This record gives sequence, structure tokens and C-alpha cells, in this order.
Amino acid sequence: MKFVRRIAYRTFMFLLTLVLLVGIWELYKATGPQDGGILFGARVLPRANDTAMPHVSTMFSRYGRPEVRGSDKEIWQVVLSGAWFSLRLSLVGFFLGTTIGVGLAVLMARFKTVRRGLLPYLVMSQTVPLIALAPLVVSWGGKLEIGSFVWPRWLSASILGTFLAFFPVAVGTLRGLTSSPLAAVELMSSYAASWRQTLFKLRFPAAVPFMVPALKLGASGAVVGVVVAEISTGLKGGIGRLIIEYAREATGDPAKVFTAVFGAAALGLTMSGLVAFFDLFLMRNRPRETST
Amino acid sequence: MKTLDRVKNIATPFVFGIAFLGLWEGAVNGFDLKPYFLAAPSKIMEQFLNNTTRIWEATAVSGSNALIGLCIGTIFGIAMSFILSRFRFLNELVTPLAISLNAIPIFVLVAVLNNMYSITSEIPRRFMVTLVVYFIVLVNVARGLTQVSSIQVELMRSYAASEFAILRKVRVPNAIPYLFTALKVAAPASVITAFVSEYFGGLQNGLGSRITSNIANSKNAAAWAYVLGACLLGLAFYTVSIILEGLTRKGQSK
Amino acid sequence: MSVVANISAVEVIGASKIFNEGTDNQVDALLDVNLTIAPGEFVSLIGPSGCGKSTLLRLIANLLEPTQGEISVNGKTSAQARLDQEYGMAFQQAGLFDWRTVSKNIELPLELKGWDKKKRAVRAAEMLELVKLHDFGNMYPWQLSGGMQQRVAIARALAAHPPLLLMDEPFGALDEMTREYMQGELLRICAETATTVVFVTHSIPEAVYLSNRVVVMSPRPGRILEIIPVNLGSKRSELTRAADGFFRSITSVREALRGTHADHVASTAIRGVEDR
Repeated sequence: MKFVRRIAYRTFMFLLTLVLLVGIWELYKATGPQDGGILFGARVLPRANDTAMPHVSTMFSRYGRPEVRGSDKEIWQVVLSGAWFSLRLSLVGFFLGTTIGVGLAVLMARFKTVRRGLLPYLVMSQTVPLIALAPLVVSWGGKLEIGSFVWPRWLSASILGTFLAFFPVAVGTLRGLTSSPLAAVELMSSYAASWRQTLFKLRFPAAVPFMVPALKLGASGAVVGVVVAEISTGLKGGIGRLIIEYAREATGDPAKVFTAVFGAAALGLTMSGLVAFFDLFLMRNRPRETST
Repeated sequence: MKTLDRVKNIATPFVFGIAFLGLWEGAVNGFDLKPYFLAAPSKIMEQFLNNTTRIWEATAVSGSNALIGLCIGTIFGIAMSFILSRFRFLNELVTPLAISLNAIPIFVLVAVLNNMYSITSEIPRRFMVTLVVYFIVLVNVARGLTQVSSIQVELMRSYAASEFAILRKVRVPNAIPYLFTALKVAAPASVITAFVSEYFGGLQNGLGSRITSNIANSKNAAAWAYVLGACLLGLAFYTVSIILEGLTRKGQSK
Repeated sequence: MSVVANISAVEVIGASKIFNEGTDNQVDALLDVNLTIAPGEFVSLIGPSGCGKSTLLRLIANLLEPTQGEISVNGKTSAQARLDQEYGMAFQQAGLFDWRTVSKNIELPLELKGWDKKKRAVRAAEMLELVKLHDFGNMYPWQLSGGMQQRVAIARALAAHPPLLLMDEPFGALDEMTREYMQGELLRICAETATTVVFVTHSIPEAVYLSNRVVVMSPRPGRILEIIPVNLGSKRSELTRAADGFFRSITSVREALRGTHADHVASTAIRGVEDR
């Protein structure tokens, strides 16, 4: 019961924050300069007119209206299907990334040479914009052939998600696999357990608390990778492309782009929600940590 | 044994790196891979060296966006974290927001920001970087200011120290390592965000747009050269943050 | 008795252990240790910090290889004994796996030996009875107190009914009252299972209460100074703790330890041996 109360409280606070943000938005609209303004010598104040900053109510009502004039599809349907498309791509990227990440972590835990040689690159890779590779990878679409398999364009987006997901998963899993206390390893040794047995009966279960935050990072990485791939190349069907398209129409239809932005936010939250559920399952028998 | 260990620690990644490059070059030449798929390292280096000025210009644009956002975001983040440590109830509002923002591809807001400013403004990108950095710094520094050893606070209270004194003498020193942890994450994040923001249109003078345009013109090796530039930029930011952290570590136990 | 009685449970011959030989960090942990332990005996190793008692235990357990000398367990080499799981081990931290129930923790060595599910469950239940925790099989370690966790650790160590039990300060993290209770329980369990025990401890009264013989070790490099027999009979109880013989034995052990103190009075202070 306490658990449910905690979740209810957190959700309420979150909604309260959203209300405050909406309040700030509308307040600026009411009081801010209609054509933007200068602060500290630079044009940092955005335009407060209805074209640049539509009312929040307009943003929401936009969902109910058709996507393009004369179309029978309402925007919410289009945004939803776009988000669903991107979600599936993200899931593929996430699964691939997690598999590769965990596999690499096991290799690095097993072979010290591999760890020494690879770990610095893994750490470095988290600091360089791998996203820069997005256009390159997507350009393989339709042109790369392996036997009879022609590389579909959407796979590139998932691959980018994989790139961004597998690094945090690998690093976190490795930390977890090597986190077992010496006494536990000695215990397995005293049972003359093989490395494989030790891996499955000790190291992996002990690694779970470390993998949980790593999986969260992996999930958001997968979403970022997919969305960026879609945006940098206009991949058809995804939420990224919708954002770009609607952004182009912003002068005539300012609320439209917001619908897609909210869709992308929903995509991210859904993905992280799925992973959070999975995490709950993984940690089901562990002692509850006191929340800080 | 210790020196041998250190040598191995440095040499092994080197060997791995060179082996990787060698394999790459070999695969491209041996399998005759088309340049649109993978360009050979040698060609990439060639393009890099030929275009250094242009690469540098593009890097400067993306880099300055990242740097400005990084600085402003850090300042605002630190300021807000002080407020948060003073008015604890604000935590309840900020924390869920920060957590959910972590899950969302927040950079899509650039599409919205582009509309709120003129099309030739660099402000949307800098604003985006500021926002991302702000939350990273805020969450970490706030944690550093509030999660202090209760023993230390009790000690200060027993000296009838004011809240401000406790802040100065206990909380702030405790928060400094947290600040640098935040910077180590925020520095590369600022580069990535600056980068990604370029894909939303607007001025086409940064690294991101150069990469896309080179690919559109089928000049893949050149595109890779810009990618290399981007990687170097990210590394540079990260290295600086590590150096800054090292400077403050003097005298503290590891 | 049978021929088996002639095979020592543990035999240590001329064992030495040097860490980081030849470097600046060289540590002479053990020097020429000779020890023979008969089956069914309870032997304690006691000495100041750094005397090598934990190292000696790990040599017997084949978790370390001796630099010189030989170790045999039940007539086999220590390596073979480990492969055949001829001993069970318990540490100061109970070391139970958080993600397994109490029963599953006890089943761990049996799983590794390849026992089938039913046999494991039966044996685990048996062990739980032995340590008087039979209602706690489905609970998780973090739901149990420190003393109860150690009892589970002992149950796990004995699950495969090994003839030898190696213990490294298992009661060190427990409070005094729990400690005394656990000592009594340990003696009862070992009597019921006729297990040989090698027990490392910091505490003189604990060593005396539990053992047939107390092995007193010197500070680094670790050597055996003296082996003190304890003649308190095989049935020990709370009354034993008040007996004259108990205090005499404690004094003997203390003097044996202090015997080294005189040598060291000029140099480092001896830490770590308690008079609790």
C-alpha cells in the first residue's frame, strides 16, 4: 500500500510541476514582448505572439483537428502512429544494444586483456557525439546488400539506437559483474565451481542492481538514437520526421509542431516506463532501499 | 609488477586501436567496399588534413554553442541548487521533472525554439544546451549540498553555527566533487546537444550540417572527416572537465 | 577403529607462504608451519593481526598455494580435496546471496555438485532443522538477524556433509550474547555431524571454549609458537564458562601469546587480541 501511495504522490507532484510550467508559459505570453526583446545585450527573449508561442489550450485542441486540410485523419492519430513507429524502432535498438552490451561486458569480465584494451574506448565513446554517425548509417538504407537481404532504411535508425544503448549497458554490466565481494568469489572457488557456473550463479545476480540504472540509460539512449536518425534523414513514418515537417509549417500553423513534440515526449516516457517495469521485476526479491 | 601493470594499461588500448584501424583499412581495400558504406581510414585522414580550416570553422561554431550553453547552464544550475537546498520542498517539484526529462529526447524542443526566435539566431541551440546542462548540474549539485553526513551537521549545530555557516563550511565543500561529476557528464552532453540541434534547420554552419551536406553530395570520406572533428571536440571538452576536476583534487584523499 | 582413523583430517607439512616474492612488497606471511589435525577434532588458530592464521586457513582450503611445503586434507592433496568438496567454509560476513531464499542458499553447493532438485530440497530441510531454523526456509537473508544469517551460512557449509569445516572468524560481527549462543550451537552441530573444525579467531575465551587444542601463532612471519591442549571434556555448556579449568586454559593461551609480546616490546604494539 505504501508503495502505491508513493507513486500517487510522485505523479501528483509531477502534474503540479506541469501546471506550473504551463502557468509560466502563459504568464510570459501575457507579459512578454510580442516581437522578442533584448536582455543583457542579446536577443534572448523569445517572441510572445500567438504565432511563435501558441496558447497551451491551442496546442491541445490541435490534436482533435485534421492533419492537413481536407484530410480525414486527425492529428492525434498521425502523431500516435508516428510515435508507435519510433517506439518499435527504439525497442529493436534497445534489445540489440542490450544484447551486445551484456555480451561485451561478459567478455571484458572474463578476459583482462579485452577489458584493458576496450574499456578506455567505451568510456571515451560516451563523451563523443556518436550521433554524428547518424547520417552515415542511414545512408546505407536501400544501398547495402548482404546476400539477398537489402538493408531497410529503418534498420539504420535502430542501429543508431543500438550504438547509443550498448555503451552504458556494457559499462554498467561490467561494473556489476566485477562487484561481487571477494568472500563470495572465494566461496564459489571453494566449491570448485567453473567460471561459467560462477558467472550465472553469482556474478549475474550480483550485477542486477548495477544493470538496472544502466538499462535505463540504454533505453533513453535508444530513443535518442532513433529520433536523431529520423530527424537527420527524414525517415518516413517516425515521430522525428513529423517534428521536422510540422516545424516547417510553424508560421502558418504554430500549434502543430507542439503536437509532435509532445508525442516524442510520450515516446520517451513510454520506453522508460517499460524498462522501469522490467526493472521492478528484476529487483522483485531484493531488499527495498530507503529512498533518499 | 606495478609498472608492468601500468605499461599494460596504456599499451593494450593502443594495440587494440591500431589493430582496429588496420582491420578497417584492410576490410575496405580487401573487400572493395563502396565509399558510401565505409570509407578507409587513410582516405578519411586525407580529407581531414585537406580541409582543416573548414573543419575548424565548423567546429568553432558547434563548439561555441556548446561552450556558451555549458557555462550559462552551469551557473544557473548552481544558483538553483542553492535555492533548492534552502527551500527543500522545491525538491518535490524539481526531482520528478528532472527524472522524466532524462527519459525524453528533450532536444526536440529545438523545433519549438526555432519558431520562437528568428531563423538566423543561434539562440535556440544555445538555449537547448543551457537547458540540458542546467538540469544535469542542478540535480548533482543539489544532491551534494543536501546529502551531507548527518554527523557533520550535528557537530556544527552543537557549535550553534548558523545555517549559512553550515552551508559554507560543510555543504559547499561536500558539493564540489558532485559539481565535477556533473561537469564530466555535462561537457560531452553539451557538445552532443549542440550538434543535434543543428539538424532542426536554421543556420547551416556547424559540424552537423556539414556532415549531412557532404553525404548528400556523396562525399563520404569528407563527412567522416567532419565526424572525426566532432569526436575531437567532444574529447576536448571531456578532457578539460577532467583536468579541472584534477586541479581541485589536490590535497583531498582519493 | 578402522584404517580411516589413521588418516589425519588435515596435515600441514613445512608450509610457507610468501607474497610478492622478490619485490618491495614482499610479505612473509607464514614460515615453516607444521600441524596435524585428527578427525573429529576442533582446533582454533589464534594470534595477533597479521600472524597468518587466515592465510593458513586458505592454504588448507586450496584458495592459495603454498610457496613451500605440502598440505593434505583427508589423505588427498588440498587441490584434490577442494575439487571433491571435502570441506565447507564460513566467513565473518555470512556471505549469503541476497537474491536467493534461505533454502536456496543452503542448496548452492549441492547445485554445483549436480544433485537433483528433490534431493537438494530434502537435504536443505535437514540442515535447517540442524541449525534450528526450519521455519525460515522461504525467507530472504536480509530478513534475518546477523546470528541467524551465520547459522544459515553454517548450514550451507555443512550441506554436502563434508568431513571438514573451515571457519574464518565467523562470529566476529556478532554481539557478545549472540556470540556465546552461537558457540554453543556450533559445538552441538559439530558433535551431531562428527565434523572436524579449523577455526580462526581473535578471541581467547572463544578459542578455549570451542577447541580441543588451541594453536597459538606469532606475528609476521607467522609461525606456530605453541599448541595448547584444552582439557574441558567433550560436553561443554554454560557451566564450562565458570569452571576453573576454563580460566586456567585462558591464562595459558594468553601467556603463550604474550610470550611473543616480550620480544616485541621494543617494536610494534601487538594489536587485535581481545580478552573478551
